[in-house]
Parts: sequence; C-alpha cells; structure tokens
Amino acid sequence: MFRLFGIRGGVHPEEHKHPTASRPIETLPLPERLCVPLAQHIGAPAEAVVKIGQRVLRGQLIGSGQGRVSAPVHAPASGKVVAVDDLPAPHPSGLPVLSVVIEPDGAQDDADHPVPSDPLAMAPEAIADFVSRAGIVGLGGAAFPSAVKLNLGLSGGAHTLIINGGECEPYLTCDDRLMRERAEAVIDGVRIMRHASGAEVALIGIEDNKPSAIEAMRQAAAGDDAVQVVAVPTRYPMGSEKQMVQALTGREIPAGKLSAQLGVVLHNVGTAYAVHRALRQGRPLVSRIVTVGGGAVREPRNFEVPIGTPLKALFDACGGFAETPDRVLMGGPMMGQWMPSLEVPVVKGTSGVIALTAAEVRKHPVQPCIRCSRCVEACPVGLLPLEMASRIRKSDYDAAGKLGLTDCIACGSCSWVCPSNIPLVHFFNFAKGELVARRAAEERTSGLRELAEKRQVRLEKEARIKAEKAAQRKRERQARAEAKAAAEREAKKQAREEQKQEEEA
Amino acid sequence: MSAPRLEGRPPQAGPHTHAPRPRLGDMALVNIALLPAALWAVYLFGWPALNLLLVTLATALLAEAASLWLAGKPVRPHLSDGSALLTGLILALSLPPWAPWWIGVVGGLFAVVVGKQIFGGLGQNIFNPAMLGRTALLVSFPLEMTAWVTPRPLFTEHAPSFVEGLRITFVGLPDLDAVTSATLLDTAKTAVDQGGTIHGATGELFAGIHAFTGLTGGSMGETSALLLALGGLFLIWRGVIGWQVPAAVLGAVALLATVFHLIDPDRYLHAGHHLLSGALVLCAFFIATDPVTSPATRLGRILFGVGVGVLVWVIRTFGGYPDGNAFAILLMNALVPLIDHYVRPRIYGRDRRGAPLDTGKEGGR
Repeated sequence: MFRLFGIRGGVHPEEHKHPTASRPIETLPLPERLCVPLAQHIGAPAEAVVKIGQRVLRGQLIGSGQGRVSAPVHAPASGKVVAVDDLPAPHPSGLPVLSVVIEPDGAQDDADHPVPSDPLAMAPEAIADFVSRAGIVGLGGAAFPSAVKLNLGLSGGAHTLIINGGECEPYLTCDDRLMRERAEAVIDGVRIMRHASGAEVALIGIEDNKPSAIEAMRQAAAGDDAVQVVAVPTRYPMGSEKQMVQALTGREIPAGKLSAQLGVVLHNVGTAYAVHRALRQGRPLVSRIVTVGGGAVREPRNFEVPIGTPLKALFDACGGFAETPDRVLMGGPMMGQWMPSLEVPVVKGTSGVIALTAAEVRKHPVQPCIRCSRCVEACPVGLLPLEMASRIRKSDYDAAGKLGLTDCIACGSCSWVCPSNIPLVHFFNFAKGELVARRAAEERTSGLRELAEKRQVRLEKEARIKAEKAAQRKRERQARAEAKAAAEREAKKQAREEQKQEEEA
Repeated sequence: MSAPRLEGRPPQAGPHTHAPRPRLGDMALVNIALLPAALWAVYLFGWPALNLLLVTLATALLAEAASLWLAGKPVRPHLSDGSALLTGLILALSLPPWAPWWIGVVGGLFAVVVGKQIFGGLGQNIFNPAMLGRTALLVSFPLEMTAWVTPRPLFTEHAPSFVEGLRITFVGLPDLDAVTSATLLDTAKTAVDQGGTIHGATGELFAGIHAFTGLTGGSMGETSALLLALGGLFLIWRGVIGWQVPAAVLGAVALLATVFHLIDPDRYLHAGHHLLSGALVLCAFFIATDPVTSPATRLGRILFGVGVGVLVWVIRTFGGYPDGNAFAILLMNALVPLIDHYVRPRIYGRDRRGAPLDTGKEGGR
C-alpha cells in the first residue's frame, strides 16, 4: 500500500462534477473563426510567422517561440489567416493580445510532423526538444512551457515525476474524462515524460472522488513498476502543486524554490496526453478537452475543443443558457478567472468554462471579522489570513509580508470558508501587487541614485582631466614664453656683444 | 435563452463560490445554547430575575443601536448580528438574580459602549465586553454584586409574586440580609481566612447534585452546571467553538485543585467543588471561547484556556474575591496579542523561524 502524507487545512466545496463526469467527451463542431492568441503561456509571447491571406494546415506553425521560456503556437484547423491583430485576451482585464485569426475551411488537412520511431529510446533532451516544438505547456491552468520543466528535472537530477490528476476544483471533469477514456495514451505520455525527465518513478495522484479514472489508469499502468497510480484524499486544494508534492512525497517545496530542487517534477495528466499525441502521432498542441459547466448552462458536457474557439461557441453547443449567468469563468470557481466577454477564445490553459448562477456564487454582504479563525484552520499553507487582512486593511503591507503574504498560494480556501464573507484572497492579491510595485519603485530609485552617483564621478573625472590639461597647456605656454624670452635675451646679448666687438674693432 | 451581455459588468475576484451560509450564524447558536440555562435561572429565581434579564438585554441592545447611530454605521444589520444580545445575556447571567434594575443598566451600558463600541465595534475589542461590564460593577458596587439569594422557584410557596418581583427589581429589597445566603466559594474563603477548615463550612451547604442542577445560590447563570455544559457541548458539536478552550480551562482548574487538595484537604477545595461552583462552566464554554478576544490558533487557544484556568484557581484560592472568572478572562484577554505573535502555525516550505527549508535531495522515497 502506498504511504500517503497529510496536507494541512483545506476545504470541501460542493463538487458539482456529476453533470459532466458521466458524459463522454464530444467533439465540438468547428466555429466560423478561431482567434489564436500568441501569448497563451508563461514567458515571452510567440512571434507570428504567417501573413494575412495565407492558407495554413492544421498543426502548422503560426507563431514561433521566443527565447528560453516560451512556446510556439500552431494552427488549430486548416484554413485561411484573415487577421493578425490585437484582440481581447481571456483575462479579467480584457486587454488586447496579439492573435492570429483563422477562418477554417473544414478540410482539416494536417501539416506533416515526423514522429520518432521509439521515443523511449531517444535521448531525453531530444524528447524535450520535441515537446517544446509541439507547443506543449502545462494544461492544468498555469501554462508553463513543459519542455523547460522537463529539462529542469533532467538537469536537477529528478528522482520522481508526479502526474497531477487531482482536479480538485469543483465542476471540472476534463481530466477525469480524459483518464477514463484515454488512459492508455495518458500512461504512454507519462512513460515518455518519465524518460525525458530522468525520474526513476512516476506517481499519478488522483483524488479518490474519481474511482473510474483511478481504475482505468491502474489497468493501463499494470505491470509497470515505474508508474504508480495513487488515490489521494479528496480535499481542495489537493491539486495544487505544493499540496500534491506534499501528499505524495511527504516533502515540502522550500519557500521561493521550485519542486525540481527537491528532485520532483510535476505535470498535469492533460500534458502527458499532449506529449503522447506529439511524439506518437506528430500532432502539436492545437486542441484540448474543456469542461463546459455551471448551473446556468442548459446541458453541461466535455468537449475536445480547437484552441482559439470563442467561449460563445462552447455554450451554444451546450444548448445555451438555462438562466442568466451571474458570471462566466475560465477555470474552476475557486481559482478561475472572471471573463469579460463570451468572445474571448479558449487557450491552452483552459480547463473549463463555467457559467455560474447567482445562487451558486452565494455572494453575501461583507461583515466584520470576529476572529473565528476558520480561515486559519482552512489555510493549506499555515498562514493567519485574519491577521494578514487586518494589516492590509491598515495599508501595512510590510507587516502582512512578515506574516507570510508571499507564501499565499491564492487557493481561496479562506475566503470560501469565511462566515463574514470577507474577500480575503482579494486583499492578499492586492497587497502582493502593492509589495511588487513598491519593490519595483525602490529598484527604480536605487537605480536612479546609482546613475546619478556614476554621473557625478564621471563629471568629476572630466573636470579633473580638463583641469590637468589646462595646467599642462599653461605650463607649456609658460615654457614657450620663457624659451622665447630666453631666446630674446640671448639675441640681445649677442647683439650687444656684436656691437661691443664692432666698437672694439 | 440568448447570450447574456457580460460587457460592462464590473470584474469579480475569486473564489467565485462560497461555503453555504448556515441558517443560524455562530452568534445565534451561542444565544440558543445559553437559553436553557437562562430560562432555568428565571424559573429558579422568579420574577425579579426575569426583570433583571430583560432590563439588561434591552440596555445592551439600545446601547448598541445608539452607538451605531452615533458612529454613522447602519444600525439594523449590525444590531441583528446577535452580538449585543449575547453580551447582554452573558452579563445578565453573571449578575445576582435579585440585583436592582440599575445594575443591569450600568453594566449593559459599560459592556457595550466602553467594552465594545469604543474599540470600533464588533470584532475590534480587546476585552470580553460582558466580563468588562461585570468587573466594573463588582468593583463599583460590591454590596449589590454579592447579594446572593437562595433559589425560590416560580409558583412555589416562598417565591415572590409578580408585583413583589417588580418591587424587588425596581424599588429595592427591604431587607437584603433576610433573603441572601453565602455561596460555597464565599463560605470556603471566609472559613479559610478565619483560620478554620473548609469541611465544616461547606459540609451542609454543598451537595454536588445541587450545583449540578442549579438548586443553589449564585448568579443567574452560575447555578446550573448541567445546562451550561450541555449548551457548551451543543456548540462544540455544531462546530461553533472548539473543544480546546473549555478542556484547557476546566482541565487546568481540575488539575491544580486536585493536586492541592491532596496536599492539604483542610485548606483547598477539591476539584468537584471548583468545577461545579461559581461561573466556571459558563466561563469555560461561553466566555473564554469568545473568538474576538481569544487567540487565533489552536495551540494559542489551549495556552489561553490554561491561563484562564490557572488564574481562576489562584484568585479563588489566594485572591481577595471568592470567584475570579471575570478577572482571569480580562487578564488573559490582555495577553492574546502576545500569544498570537508567538504562537503561529509553521508556514509550508519554511521552518518555525520562517527561513526556507533545506533543498537536500537525499530524502527522496
């Protein structure tokens, strides 16, 4: 029996997974237009490599990755590039992001990508290179370029690869369905990733509210001692990186460090599936499985969706809205992002799009904190949310920082449980922003001071050189004048002597 | 239904859902948990007790409303949070049942205005408001605050009638000494102070079962340990309070009392006497557990509870007052910021001092 370790705190929000967990993944009909942002990942945005009017094939490179931490972007369908323009990003700000707009032609011609004959016989670096060129990023939501992580594991001497099948957010079932329906492919991806990261063992952590997925994955991994499927207790935020690492290894990622420094690398199950597709079928990451859920949706379900599909197309495919949603989110209700419009596209990190009714949101008026400490009990990190909030309320961000503000993972457990409905996470995000802004301002002023000091030194040096040169010139002038005077004196003397000689003569 | 317009709505921060709101909040449940003991007290001490209870509650609520109005805060939502009612109820339960009306008025005003609203209202006060009110009364009006009557249950022979009850509360007792009696703790203290032993003094006065049910003299809510403990257990079961504080308070008192009673049974009351008399049970379950004025962590709360228990025993045994719950609570309240400063959970990925953990890899499985 696998030994599990406890995690601190956590909460049990209602799961709301049953409406979508029982339905097979469906394929979404191609929308009229796909808007593919070039910045879908953590790191530098990709650079467009297609022109307006150009025909592209499915899987063809349309944006190339820039720099070490970046990811390329591929065409999700064959069709014509109709625009390369700034369009609203799937982010609460709705700020524009450079996107390639493609009108699919329905032919679905695939670009040709060679596949290796046996990925498990390849050099690990070569696999990471494949993963990088396939545009694969963390599909759990963070969208960190996966190849960078694989290389980190390799260079750091990773011993354990953790595959995160926690899916602890309510409503979301995309990973659950993926593991149930395509367990073989996921396990194959896990094997390739274990090889690529140099880990001895791969642990697949799945919350025990997904027994069918656990069963399917165990069957697919049977006979392979290096790949273990582990049922972890259902408790939010079990699927958070720090908590999953703690539950499976009993070790904590040291503050400010990466899990790779513990010899552990963590990837999502969806990422493992994407790796399988890239290395076995030559398919770059151009689609993903998305849960469309929430009480406002008429028929919630899971779809395999081309990247760039507008949210509206997903809701339409579910029969539209049964009632007016209070809000539409990308991701789960605990950590998901509020969406400014239904026109924004699905991106690589979109695990779900959720339309919640007001009854599900349960927004209640904020009341004073009575220090009931339920937030302290709920915090999986061991912080004192009530104390941090009281400091932030007084704009004392440094004091909040000393209480561990920067260790907050923004999981929302404290806000969820607060009987006074205090938006604690909102407080913390705000204060983190303030601390970052202040640090940036400090760096700027210290930078300016440094520049000013350097200028002073330079000016002094210049003045010194100038003065030295002037003195030099003065000396030279004096020397010349003296020489001249001496010459004149000599000439006079000579003249006098000549005169004297003449007189004597 | 057509697509809703999302444009132009203000962005919302996560989490986008919340724990279900219970039909009854914490304050309401605490009030309910105290109700049986309060009703029992009214039954035991008759109409004067009911008058005093109502006067105290009304004062607390009016003082709260007036303070909110003066501070320009919305009156109705704050008033209906149940906290002022709870302060009034706990204060009333800590008063002598036949005390005159102005005791309730002065105590209620002091508790709510000075104890709570001056600090900024709910959640901002350092000291437990009810205990602050009771202490102010005890120090200012020691005579009225220590006039304990023996229980005269309603509708029994010696119970005052409704009209007599009004006179007792609003005009005053004609002859206080005729109806009052010493409580167990009073008797024990006097006996020890005079050089006697506690046996002779407590023998006939104290029978455990009476303290348990409340058929003994004392303040309104001190009398029935049984009903108070049941109310407290109800709160623990509902998750309103943790078990840590009551266990720590009662445990500390029981341990000290037992040890000292074994050393010198003539001088020190045994644990049963301590646990069942005075306001200790009320204090352990309902006052020391006040979240606003107790520490934020479990360990901190245990330390706080032990501190309360030790102080209660010390004040009862060596202090000038027969019972020390209010003083113990206030003294420990003052230490809460200190406890919260030093007792904190260890943060994930850091050691107890806050430094990042080692990255040493040899510990892999």
